[in-house]
Amino acid sequence: MDTPTQTPSSGRPARSVTVPTGKGQSAPGAVTKISVRDLSLHYGAKQALFDISMDILGNQVTAFIGPSGCGKSTLLRCFNRMNDLVDGVKVRGSVMLSGQDIFAPDLDVIELRKRVGMVFQKSNPFPKSIYENVAYGLRVAGVTDKAVLDETVEKSLRGAALWDEAKDRLQESGLGLSGGQQQRLCIARAIAVQPDIILMDEPCSALDPIATAKVEELIHELKSEYTIIIVTHSMQQAARVSDKTAFFYLGKLIEYADTQTVFMNPANPQTEAYVSGRFG
Amino acid sequence: MSHSPLSQSTNAARRIGQFLRRGDQFIWLSGGAMGLAALLIVGLLGLVFVSGFTFFWPYNVVTADRADGTPVLGVITNSQEERLDPAGNVMKAAQTQFKVGARELYGFDFIWIKKAELSNFRVDPEVIAFERQEYGDFYGLLHGIEYKGKPVADAATAWALLQEKRPEARDLAARAKKIQRDAIGEVNAEIQRANLKLKVARRKAAGAALDPAFENPLKESLARNQARYEQLRLEAEALSAQAEEYAAVVGTVDGQRKTVPLAAIVRAFRPNQMSKLEKLGMYFSRAAEFVYGEPRESNTEGGVWPAIFGTVIMTLIMSIVVTPFGVVAAFYLREYAKQGPFVRMVRIAINNLAGVPSIVFGVFGLGFFVYFIGGGIDRMFFPDMLPTPTYGTGGILWASLTLALLTVPVVIVATEESIAAVPRGTREGSLALGASKFQTLVNVVLPASVPGILTGVILAMARGAGEVAPLMITGVVKLAPELPLDGHFPFFHLDRKFMHLGFHIYDVGFQSPNIEAAKPMVFTTTLLLIAIVVILNLFAIRLRDHIRKKYQTGAF
Repeated sequence: MDTPTQTPSSGRPARSVTVPTGKGQSAPGAVTKISVRDLSLHYGAKQALFDISMDILGNQVTAFIGPSGCGKSTLLRCFNRMNDLVDGVKVRGSVMLSGQDIFAPDLDVIELRKRVGMVFQKSNPFPKSIYENVAYGLRVAGVTDKAVLDETVEKSLRGAALWDEAKDRLQESGLGLSGGQQQRLCIARAIAVQPDIILMDEPCSALDPIATAKVEELIHELKSEYTIIIVTHSMQQAARVSDKTAFFYLGKLIEYADTQTVFMNPANPQTEAYVSGRFG
Repeated sequence: MSHSPLSQSTNAARRIGQFLRRGDQFIWLSGGAMGLAALLIVGLLGLVFVSGFTFFWPYNVVTADRADGTPVLGVITNSQEERLDPAGNVMKAAQTQFKVGARELYGFDFIWIKKAELSNFRVDPEVIAFERQEYGDFYGLLHGIEYKGKPVADAATAWALLQEKRPEARDLAARAKKIQRDAIGEVNAEIQRANLKLKVARRKAAGAALDPAFENPLKESLARNQARYEQLRLEAEALSAQAEEYAAVVGTVDGQRKTVPLAAIVRAFRPNQMSKLEKLGMYFSRAAEFVYGEPRESNTEGGVWPAIFGTVIMTLIMSIVVTPFGVVAAFYLREYAKQGPFVRMVRIAINNLAGVPSIVFGVFGLGFFVYFIGGGIDRMFFPDMLPTPTYGTGGILWASLTLALLTVPVVIVATEESIAAVPRGTREGSLALGASKFQTLVNVVLPASVPGILTGVILAMARGAGEVAPLMITGVVKLAPELPLDGHFPFFHLDRKFMHLGFHIYDVGFQSPNIEAAKPMVFTTTLLLIAIVVILNLFAIRLRDHIRKKYQTGAF
């Protein structure tokens, strides 16, 4: 990206979608990356999402907040169709990713997942070496060129701020890393396939504060290149890392606006009650 | 204090109630059951160890006088105390068992003699003991050595000459045997092949004359091999005759004389002169012969090498077959099959399969593998050998496949469990990177479940190696002339019958004509079977630990 991250005044988007000051910045001319329209989702007989409509902008961090069971993770997992793995899931409505319907019958899910990376709540490195963990996405895509793999592994580990800690032990098991390192390894693994979008499902919930701070810092750096959607239980975290925040409650999208607005001046009384800690 | 008895009884009741609530009785019960099980196992192993390990020890040969004045010579192998009836009368007198050897003279190897009839026990240092190729052991005195029927040594010089000449004679006999087995076997195989080719060609020609260019070289080869066969046979006979030239003149303690060719003496020793150290050496030499030697005397003597070999090869073939088969089946069941009543039924059927008596699998193996598949192979590929079956009869391949079928439920169940234990997050991580389901299974799920799969294979091997009943009808024999693996093309003979330690135990212990002599061998063979199962398992466990370390360096 040509815009340096430490110059908040430059390149403000012309559109009304603004970013809170002091929160980094969005790329110039932020465009709608994901467009959700009237999305409803059923787990068997139980409805988990009710007519969600929202636009998620590129090169921004969007946070999903809300109490447990509000459907924020379910929505996140719609974006790379991870919900396909669950039996009895029915989806209505549409999700357009850069203008392409991801529920279209002729869509290649594997291609979709290469474009939409994901980092999970619990770090889940493969029982393989650090190197193989990062190279995994390329290997399953059929890349065998050692030079390409080496370069990508280094670039991804640098991108995930893990290179300095891991460069001397690339052939050791990924499971030998600490919890925070494992989570950053998972992020490195996700960015190795060069996705457009990274989905993060409570990436810091199992980490201590120092590891959390490192991951958050990383999110800041990554957003110049990727669109990031993060589900979090921690409102402080949402306030710290995100440009826009969506509040969900009981499967409905209650409020979706700039992070500053959601936390300082929410339009909906339920949002206010939640962000001020009165329920949830 | 009218309520005092009442409160006492409630106190006791409370204490019992507390005891029951704490569950102490279950701790005692389960601990006791565990202890009993451990005791049984230790007892079993102890019995097998003690009976098995003493088998090779060269005990002193004892002389004693019987009541009628005739001496008896032999190794004391057992004794029984006097048994009284309730009234105090002697029901059965105390008696001692001697192994007297020289079966061809006495008609028996062992004899029970009442202790009261025995007196004057002594240990004569001059007594010799022979282990012979035939007729078992011989205990007696050495009177001389003959060369081609003429005495060349008397009692005083015989032992030294025997020591000198016996290895030569054994060597000659071994060479004769080698010719008979290897060279003549090869010539026979060539004759058979040529005959087969002629037979096929004649059948195809349907009565017409054969092309001389085809027929003549074959006939020549036949003639050449016939001549070679004759020559080898004479050579072997000459060697055998030469081996028999020297013979030991021996006598039993009661004066019977006998000559024993030196070539027929496997071991000659004077146990009563041997030091403990020499006996220990003899012990190990006998133990080594047991492991590496070939059986003699309808399996009651000699070694069990072919049986060890057969057991190991069969178990390995079984593992090689059962592992992929079981793993693939488990992956389909767990990952691809649509979970529903049908799959549930299949799973129940698999679990029940593990409980089916093994002989049922044997019958199935006989009907399906041997007759159906083996018979089909014979009709298709070896029609000219018929009616002699090639694969249409029991063999190591069919026995291994039958056992693979028997043990496949173990592998399926273990694999399914270890697949299920792979964390969901790990799979999702792989899928989220754009891996297909198949790639995820191969790259992530399979490696992570290898330790569990190997646990299943270990259990399957332990079960398979000890199984006897299905083998008896699918390819195990009492005595196999050839090993399934040898130096003759195609080296690995899957159609051959083989020997198996489990069957060997049954055969030696319960089917042999000389049960007393074979009894210790039963325990020794059992010990060996246990040892082999343990070694195979240890090997697999090491492999599993190695893989586990490789994939799951799990410290956080």
